[in-house]
Amino acid sequence: MDTAHESPNYMAIFYWLFGLTVAELAVAYMPIPKPLMVAGLVSLAIAKAALVAMYFMHLKFEVRTLSLIALTPPILLVMFLIITYPDTAFRLFTSH
Amino acid sequence: MSQAAALDHPLQVEPAESPLTPESWGKLGMWLFLAGDAMSFGALIAGYAALRLGGEHWPVPSTVLGVPFTAVMTFLLICSSVTMVKGLEAIKRNDRAGLRRFLGLTVLGGACFLGMQAREWTHLIGHVMTLTSKGLFGSTFFVLTGFHGFHVFSGVVYLSSILGNADAYSADNHNAVEIAGLYWHFVDLVWILIFTFVYLI
Repeated sequence: MDTAHESPNYMAIFYWLFGLTVAELAVAYMPIPKPLMVAGLVSLAIAKAALVAMYFMHLKFEVRTLSLIALTPPILLVMFLIITYPDTAFRLFTSH
Repeated sequence: MSQAAALDHPLQVEPAESPLTPESWGKLGMWLFLAGDAMSFGALIAGYAALRLGGEHWPVPSTVLGVPFTAVMTFLLICSSVTMVKGLEAIKRNDRAGLRRFLGLTVLGGACFLGMQAREWTHLIGHVMTLTSKGLFGSTFFVLTGFHGFHVFSGVVYLSSILGNADAYSADNHNAVEIAGLYWHFVDLVWILIFTFVYLI
């Protein structure tokens, strides 16, 4: 497999990461309801992480195996969160 | 047989076994390590989320932590990721001076990040909270940022060793630089998540 693929425009990725970070700060200090703020911040963080993985870590240009390896931990993290949530919710609702 | 052939040419990258295997075993090894490492961070973040959601009296992080200061740290780490890819690009063009310059900047960025984190921790421990004085807020904060800071420290050492060995790399032999870059970008990626979950939310 040769590395003939064109090199991504790294400065464009940098401007995106910078812009998304500014957007995160704006969302964090905006007077909006908490759930909306959390949803916004999590989406922006995932977008930034995906940019780093796809372009800086070249996942977009690699064989699919590496993407599958990279996707395993986030999938398991979401499962952890789903599994622990009922316990947390139970405690929250019984304590009020 | 194939083993003997590999020993005859120790610098050559072994050919991929199937279309699904990446062209470099070292790269595959680093990705597998990073997936395992990501599980450590994933477990810590999931634990943090469970403790925070179930805990009472969780302070708003921005009222306790210095968000603008850490925003600068975030910016610094993103910049050091850019210099890392620029260094790899340079050595792919056989530009060893460029590799040295950009790798040096990357190491400098990592070292500045560590310096700022040390300053942040010193301030927090001296004036705001210790590991235990603010309950789970403090302990989860120090464990998460400390584990990440240790990764940055390891990365600075790792990249410094690549920098010290820069003479060995060329357009035909830059696999080690690319693999070290993967580690560094991963550390940047994890900080993006920690900055969001621990400081902003």
